[in-house]
Amino acid sequence: MASNASHRARKRALSAAHFIGLFLAMSLICLPGLWIVLNSFRPTVEIMAKPPVWIPNSLNLDHYRAMFGGVGEGGVPVLTYFRNSLIISVTSTLVALLVGMAGGYAFARYRFKGKAALFVGLMATRAVPGVALSLPLFIIMARAGIIDTHFGLILTYVALNVPFTVWLIDGFFRQVPRELAEAAEIDGCTRWQAFWRVEFPVARAGIASAGIFAFLTSWNEYALASQLTRSVNSKTMPVGLLDFTSQFTLNWGGMCALAVLMIIPALVLTFLVQKHLIAGLTFGGVKG
Amino acid sequence: MTRLRLPPWLVLLLPAIIILAAVVLVPLVLSFYSSFTAYQLTRPETLWKWIGTFNYRKAAGDANFWWAFGRTVLLLTIALNLEMLLGLGLAVMVSKVTTGQRLLRTAMMFPMMFSPVLVGFQFKFIFNDNVGLVNNALQSLGLTDVAIPWLVDGHLALFSIIFAEIWTSTSVFAILILAGLYAIPQDPVEAAKVDGCTPWQSFRFVTLPFLMPFIYIAMAIRSLDVARAYDIVQIMTNGGPARRTELLWTLIGRTAYVDARMGYANAMGYIAILLSIFFTIYFFRKLTAARSELGMGV
Repeated sequence: MASNASHRARKRALSAAHFIGLFLAMSLICLPGLWIVLNSFRPTVEIMAKPPVWIPNSLNLDHYRAMFGGVGEGGVPVLTYFRNSLIISVTSTLVALLVGMAGGYAFARYRFKGKAALFVGLMATRAVPGVALSLPLFIIMARAGIIDTHFGLILTYVALNVPFTVWLIDGFFRQVPRELAEAAEIDGCTRWQAFWRVEFPVARAGIASAGIFAFLTSWNEYALASQLTRSVNSKTMPVGLLDFTSQFTLNWGGMCALAVLMIIPALVLTFLVQKHLIAGLTFGGVKG
Repeated sequence: MTRLRLPPWLVLLLPAIIILAAVVLVPLVLSFYSSFTAYQLTRPETLWKWIGTFNYRKAAGDANFWWAFGRTVLLLTIALNLEMLLGLGLAVMVSKVTTGQRLLRTAMMFPMMFSPVLVGFQFKFIFNDNVGLVNNALQSLGLTDVAIPWLVDGHLALFSIIFAEIWTSTSVFAILILAGLYAIPQDPVEAAKVDGCTPWQSFRFVTLPFLMPFIYIAMAIRSLDVARAYDIVQIMTNGGPARRTELLWTLIGRTAYVDARMGYANAMGYIAILLSIFFTIYFFRKLTAARSELGMGV
């Protein structure tokens, strides 16, 4: 009996420890972000107060009003940056997915000489950090006259995302039994129809997860964008964050408001597809 | 009329190859060439001044470069190992939860949605010695009454950067390991329980080996992501104080754009790229070994 009681006590202690551990970990993960959100609603005086003000006295939308109105310090054209970010991220994600689907399909379905070497070669391009690429890319794009255009940045982000999308999608197509497509072809489909009607729908979840990763990479990228964009023509939001800084001062409140604007689309998107995301990583990345 | 017929796999791969060649390969060739010249951004004609391996020899003898090199390796080692351990713990805890897992998983991925540059500003703010969240909290709790110079002291600054780095990237490990935990076949785990393994033993000898491929995948992805460290460090300390947090890429970026010595920067860049390729190949090897051990095929 005694051992039974102690067993029960231990079990309760364990589940309490589990709860506390999870609670602490989640607070550590979420607090820095929530701090940003909270500060975007507080007046600058209160953010900078010394001694600190823990319980906000007044919450208002001043920073958002200043941001969307394009007034206040510097007048940062946030909506234009948002539009640039959206155009560039969405287009480059779609193109990277198409290119990745073609490449992934080739790796999954065809045998050819030098396949492994080609695959490693594609992956190795990811090992080159953005800041290393930005030096020569800047020179080349300046010559080609596509500095500070949407096109230049889209092209760059497609290249940045293609190795990863090829890799994930390749793994997904391998999960689709070859017989499925063959059966469709016997039934009179062309190879193209077999792909769109049979193989594509099965691999759709994996393609969606590759898309999320590509989107988040383009949405958040800074090192290349900071060199390849110059003006409101093509500046994206991560680069726009720096508009809130000047030599010696930082407009924290305004920056936090822009940060919230940056996070919301990413958050919504991730929440919608997070189930597919995990499945995608399981099959695509690891079992591939 | 005879048309050149390419094999279908090549046609399918051609777009990927062309784009990568244009955006990655050609610039790399250009930067490889310029690393043998005295190229300065402000004087375009210097691109044609061939100086052989001078830049590489200069880098080899440059103490600042080797300090940055060592610090990058140190940061990678500490950050990757801690992220792996924390990510493992987090994934196991989340997988044990029965209700509200969907919400927890999304919350767990929260940091992944932050742009690295935003993470930099966020922690610059939080670790600010005057009005930052950390010092404010410590002072309000009465734990200290001096302002701890988180980003001004060399060692503390490195600590703050590692903290920021771990905060953003632990979720990459957690999510991949969680995916692994979902995919574990239940039979071996049950068998271990029947055979009288303690929970710890069945975790150590059944679950963990199964998770290893997932861990190596995360390691490989993260070691490719060292460039993230560039954004964060650039914003938080800009390599300071007195080069105490200078990493390879901040040093290279500064040499290229501030000092305008592109040739020298590209030479250092090449050494750094070799370093990251080395890490990647290392982890991919490990991954292949772990996979074949489990009989998952390559």
